[in-house]
Amino acid sequence: MYAVILVLILLALMAVAYQLGRRRSQSMAGRAGGIRKLHSLPGYYGFYAAIWCGLPALLVLLVWLAFQSIIVTKMVVADLPLATRSLSEAELGLVINDIRNLAEGNIVSRDVSPEMQAAADHYTNLNRIGSAALVVVAISMALLGIALGWRFISPAMRARNQVEAVVKALLVLSSTIAIFTTIGILLSVLFESIRFFRMIPLSEFLFGLQWSPQMAIRVDQVGSSGVFGALPLFLGTVLISLIAMLVAVPIGLMSAIYLSEYAGRRLRAVAKPLLEILAGIPTVVYGFFAALTVAPVIRDSGSLIGLDVSSESALAAGVVMGIMIIPFISSLSDDVINAVPQALRDASFGVGATHSETIRQVIIPAALPGIVGGVLLAVSRAIGETMIVVMAAGLSANLTVNPLESVTTVTVQIVTLLVGDQEFDSPKTLAAFALGLMLFGVTLILNIVALQVVRKYREQYE
Amino acid sequence: MHTTIQYMAAENTLAPAVSGDGGQALAEDSRDFAGTVGDVTVANPAMTARNVNVWYGEQQAIIDTSLDIGKSQVISMIGPSGCGKSTFIRCLNRMNDTIDSCRVTGDIRLEGQNIYDKKLDVVPLRAQVGMVFQKPNPFPKSIYDNVAYGPRIHGLAEDKQGVDEIVETSLSKAGLWDEVKDRLGEPGTGLSGGQQQRLCIARTIAVSPEVILMDEPCSALDPIATATIEELIDELRQHYAIAIVTHSMQQAARVSQRTAYFHLGRLIEVGATDDIFTNPGHRLTEDYITGRFG
Repeated sequence: MYAVILVLILLALMAVAYQLGRRRSQSMAGRAGGIRKLHSLPGYYGFYAAIWCGLPALLVLLVWLAFQSIIVTKMVVADLPLATRSLSEAELGLVINDIRNLAEGNIVSRDVSPEMQAAADHYTNLNRIGSAALVVVAISMALLGIALGWRFISPAMRARNQVEAVVKALLVLSSTIAIFTTIGILLSVLFESIRFFRMIPLSEFLFGLQWSPQMAIRVDQVGSSGVFGALPLFLGTVLISLIAMLVAVPIGLMSAIYLSEYAGRRLRAVAKPLLEILAGIPTVVYGFFAALTVAPVIRDSGSLIGLDVSSESALAAGVVMGIMIIPFISSLSDDVINAVPQALRDASFGVGATHSETIRQVIIPAALPGIVGGVLLAVSRAIGETMIVVMAAGLSANLTVNPLESVTTVTVQIVTLLVGDQEFDSPKTLAAFALGLMLFGVTLILNIVALQVVRKYREQYE
Repeated sequence: MHTTIQYMAAENTLAPAVSGDGGQALAEDSRDFAGTVGDVTVANPAMTARNVNVWYGEQQAIIDTSLDIGKSQVISMIGPSGCGKSTFIRCLNRMNDTIDSCRVTGDIRLEGQNIYDKKLDVVPLRAQVGMVFQKPNPFPKSIYDNVAYGPRIHGLAEDKQGVDEIVETSLSKAGLWDEVKDRLGEPGTGLSGGQQQRLCIARTIAVSPEVILMDEPCSALDPIATATIEELIDELRQHYAIAIVTHSMQQAARVSQRTAYFHLGRLIEVGATDDIFTNPGHRLTEDYITGRFG
């Protein structure tokens, strides 16, 4: 809480520094003979002073907050009785947790001994001192910054360039955050997967025909032999994605052609946003639509013609997922079709082609790379989709290509493996990471291919 | 046949006090326009246009224009930007239909048939009246497929061999055959600008049109490619009626037998090219070709 107040104080100080810097540059300019004599506009000097005031103080604040708890814990542990300190790492962790809980007034898992009470008091004290010190250090840094900024400001000083350099650094930082996050996710998944593959061989995971991840927690437990053959999951994923694309590609493409080539301006203005609303429906809503409406319809109509349809079928999940993906394909294809130069249409009309001949023989071939790119992006979306499949396709890992049976997908299994209480050293849990890694790899490759295709297309017309 | 309409020369009925000093004066010139100078008809017309008016939405782009396109000759349309010359030739094969807000009235006939007749199918019309555009616009297909596109659509050949023949004769007529005969499978977009434009001409003549409309066909080309195209136009004149829009008066003088001068949506003057350039009948024409504006 005090950190928030401290940040607010620093922001206020920065505002003051801005005003001071501005005033100072203006008064200097007045003496030197007008604002023209300044290197930069007065506002830049204001920002310069504000950066000197805020940036070092905020950096100190961040570093301090990151390390305070570690240092305080170390100091508390150092003062604990020797018997406690020599406990194993895991047990010591529990003790520290208790001390923390005690200090913060939470529920403690054991009886409170006098030593623990003392340690908790010590912990509270150290934290209080730390926070007070932080406030003092940060505010004095800010004031010092104002003083330095004040001193540095002179008409010849290139405040504009320096402020812009700081802004540029900020932009670089922001752009790297996404990259580092991706790398971090990839690494964490990778390391857990390596742990999994130490227990289950890669070949069994990739080519095994049976998926039954229930592991025995106790040795004497019944009916729980973990088998980790991921093939049924990947087959299920492919099957459902295929059904989804069979629904989405023709409908999406044809609606894009209609909207971009035939529809009048007024219809287009209404229809296009409506179509894109489909993309805004939460997938969980699609999920119960699939499970409660589409799946029963498919089962009933199947039984009418004598087919045995499972109540949770790949078909239901795939069809609904396809509907979800339609706006992806239609919107991207629509953009690509619109990007085909008017000159090509004119050329085709000019030799007497009809509108539909022009679309089939000139516009679609010219737009094809872009359309393929859009479809590939949609495929990677379909492969990663979870909610619809969890609700509509079932959990049983059948090795089948029959769309009327219940299948399961990689994402669904990741969800079921990680839902509920888990132990993080069992292959059952780690399998989720291995599946995640595979999925990540597949969608990454699809995305790269899609982006390449789209880029190639761009070179053609621009 | 149509009755021949003579728009008699109406020299000096409008004599602008000052010409060439900006749009205001020009607009006033057009307001007391008394009729096209020169003979809009020809003895042997491929197309006849009578009293054509074109609107883009509320704005009128062509005002009451009549003009014949003669067989086996080149007519060039000149005039300052926005004068309606491109709009006029786009009426001749109904390319303006592709623009939603465009409205055309008047009577335009191809061999006696009104091309704006509701019963007329625009598809064969555009095959009969082909068009070459300002920027070379080959399809992103092979050279062969570019030329074969029209014949295939219209079923002009019975078999592959027939298409081959059409492609060869069209490319030969367009003066491109020797340059591309060994690489017909390569993309048409890989050719140079001048070659691309000749490919587009080959594509147009592959469907055996009677009239070829050219909308500033050389404006995106270098002088050498332009000279090649101009020679080609002169050769093509033997088989086709050609109407060419151009910004270059030298080009009009070089390639055309008749010249029509457009100004703010009106056809101001039309006549034999030599006459127009040596002895213009209207003050505006004279101002334009002597370079006082435009």
